[in-house]
Amino acid sequence: MAFSSSTTCRIQTPSSSLLLKPYHQSSSFPHLPFHCHKFTVVPSKPSSISCVLTTKPQVMDEENNKKLTGSGLGVLQRPDSFGRFGKFGGKYVPETLMHALTELEAAFHALANDQDFQKELDGILKDYVGRETPLYFAERLTEHYKRPNGEGPLIYLKREDLNHTGAHKINNAVAQALLAKRLGKERIIAETGAGQHGVATATVCARFGLKCIIYMGAQDMERQSLNVFRMRLLGAEVRAVHAGTATLKDATSEAIRDWVTNVETTHYILGSVAGPHPYPMMVREFHAVIGKETRKQALEKWGGKPDVLVACVGGGSNAMGLFHEFVDDEDVRLIGVEAAGFGLDSGKHAATLTKGEVGVLHGAMSYLLQDDDGQITEPHSISAGLDYPGVGPEHSFLKDLGRAEYYSITDEEALEAFTRLSRLEGIIPALETSHALAYLEKLCPDLPNGTKVVLNCSGRGDKDVHTAIKHLKF
Amino acid sequence: MAAALKTNATSFLNFNTNQSSYLFRPKYTKHSVVSIVSSKSYNPPMAALSTTVGTNTVGLSETFTRLKQQGKVALIPFITAGDPDLATTAEVLKVLDSCGCDIIELGVPYSDPLADGPVIQAAATRSLAKGTNFDAIISMLREVLPQLSCPIALFTYYNPILKRGVEKFMTTVKDAGVHGLVVPDVPLEETEILRSEALKNQIELVLLTTPTTPKDRMQKIVEVSEGFVYLVSSTGVTGARGSVSAKVQSLLQEIKEVTNKPVAVGFGISKPEHVKQVAGWGADGVIVGSAIVKLLAEAEPSEVLKELEVYIKSLKSALI
Repeated sequence: MAFSSSTTCRIQTPSSSLLLKPYHQSSSFPHLPFHCHKFTVVPSKPSSISCVLTTKPQVMDEENNKKLTGSGLGVLQRPDSFGRFGKFGGKYVPETLMHALTELEAAFHALANDQDFQKELDGILKDYVGRETPLYFAERLTEHYKRPNGEGPLIYLKREDLNHTGAHKINNAVAQALLAKRLGKERIIAETGAGQHGVATATVCARFGLKCIIYMGAQDMERQSLNVFRMRLLGAEVRAVHAGTATLKDATSEAIRDWVTNVETTHYILGSVAGPHPYPMMVREFHAVIGKETRKQALEKWGGKPDVLVACVGGGSNAMGLFHEFVDDEDVRLIGVEAAGFGLDSGKHAATLTKGEVGVLHGAMSYLLQDDDGQITEPHSISAGLDYPGVGPEHSFLKDLGRAEYYSITDEEALEAFTRLSRLEGIIPALETSHALAYLEKLCPDLPNGTKVVLNCSGRGDKDVHTAIKHLKF
Repeated sequence: MAAALKTNATSFLNFNTNQSSYLFRPKYTKHSVVSIVSSKSYNPPMAALSTTVGTNTVGLSETFTRLKQQGKVALIPFITAGDPDLATTAEVLKVLDSCGCDIIELGVPYSDPLADGPVIQAAATRSLAKGTNFDAIISMLREVLPQLSCPIALFTYYNPILKRGVEKFMTTVKDAGVHGLVVPDVPLEETEILRSEALKNQIELVLLTTPTTPKDRMQKIVEVSEGFVYLVSSTGVTGARGSVSAKVQSLLQEIKEVTNKPVAVGFGISKPEHVKQVAGWGADGVIVGSAIVKLLAEAEPSEVLKELEVYIKSLKSALI
């Protein structure tokens, strides 16, 4: 949305350290009309620095925050016009869908500039979803990671689990449902793994009076029976997918086939930062509110930025939602945590970025779990939401750039973290989120005293109690 | 790390306005032109150099040219390789050829066939479960293709091609005697690498156009499609349907207005009356897939080749 007023400058002096703190700069000097938040070495003049100046500073005051909700400044900067993040992303779909994707992209860009749409979305996010979500200081968890000398990092949880329906997923579902209405499409389809995206989609369809069909792997339906009931209670039709491994990958394929068949009447609310362009960009923008709020709240709480961001990664929507705001703040570490299932060497895991190879799945080029013949292999994770053989293309891009770090956590480690947070903070986290929490065990011992860690508490764990009962004996 | 980020960030800045799409367009047009020129300068003596190809076998577009001279419409069956096993596939290819099929589309089984309906999905799953892999398919083709008189086009999803490497894939299939390629999950914008490697190896890369494809886009697809233009008859995945949409007639007309390239219609065509109808609307070829795959899956093993022959002849007779 800022592209119309953006311009480019070159700065010869190495003043980038100042420019790297856009939020400080723009809030401390609100009279400054410009704000530089992208910079790069210009190849022809290696010593010069170029940056984008925009007349719309990325100030996280109330008014601007509202304007930016659901759109964000990076819309046309990453990906490129082909929907590529470096070599990743793109649109690898049957020709039948190409027109719908173009139409969707145009609608998305139009709505990013549409004040009425933004206002409606902001209102729903506030009054229906319950945003903003707290940035909660996890006191006893912090205590848990203190070293014998009393030093250690400070752990904060971004409480996306407190959103209506219990996870971050609804940020995107609400926005896409509104978008579908603008496109005049009355029938909504979605895929779901853990069921959180399915519940969020069923919820917004009930709220907006849209017909809703959810595709879910038969195996996931068993693991997440509570969510299946919730979706049905909300009036959605849940279609079991028995093909392939009967998990999220197959549900996604089936949703795409439905869309290919009913594209003229149907909008596909894809639930992650995956799939063909514009989905990875659009879903990221609809979740970017997580990072924007975090920046604002961090400033309020300690007058600075977080030092480390941690989030779990399946497709990667909650992680991208948190990271996006900080990708250009190079002093903020971005850490994504994947599912190592039974262990990285067991062959039974979903650690796509750690162990995968580049390929094309569900419309995008990204890292994938595949065999020597290019067939997609069966992932495994105790957490249905991470049990996916692909990953959002922007994560692949950030990994290859070295901008974000990705690690993996086993089922067992996740279960331990699931219990730990429940007992230390009285918060039962989703098994997906538990992977991010488990990584704290490895991360915290090496962090300097007072390091501010923000972990995205992406979802609540009530839905996982059924699974946990089988593994945890009290 | 920081340096890498900065360097890569350049591309965001260069294309951070709406103009970026225009920046790409000329490139795209240039390629279209290149491939048209190349197709016109298609060099038959080069194809004759390949020793493995059946001596009388010509490429897809040449096949259509010859049929046109005889006033005929091509019958193009689709089967999934390795369903129920590759030995049967080899026999089925021979039967299809001997029954007078003009081009055969051979599906390479894939774990996540997005463009396929339940029948072909199930065939791919069965085939993979039997252990079918790309090398085994290529070995089978090396043996069988010299015995066939009609050309083969492989129908494969993109990931197996990428995994092998586009260049290596093209030389491998060329050496095996394959003439054409259909990749249903690679739309026009993403075909650049495939097209250039296909051209190098004289593999005809067939592109698809559909009822939802806007007219200007259809024109661009038609311009660069090699071998023939694949018109998808309906909005949806592969699979037999009760009738063929009347919209196909006007779509055929629209395509014919902008190109002399042959057009074959596929997706949902299963009965002799469909074949007759589509041919009557001016199609140069008719593609029948799921109905054949279903027949192969359901027939008694001892009867399968005979039933196939009867079915193919019923389709063929609708074209006379």
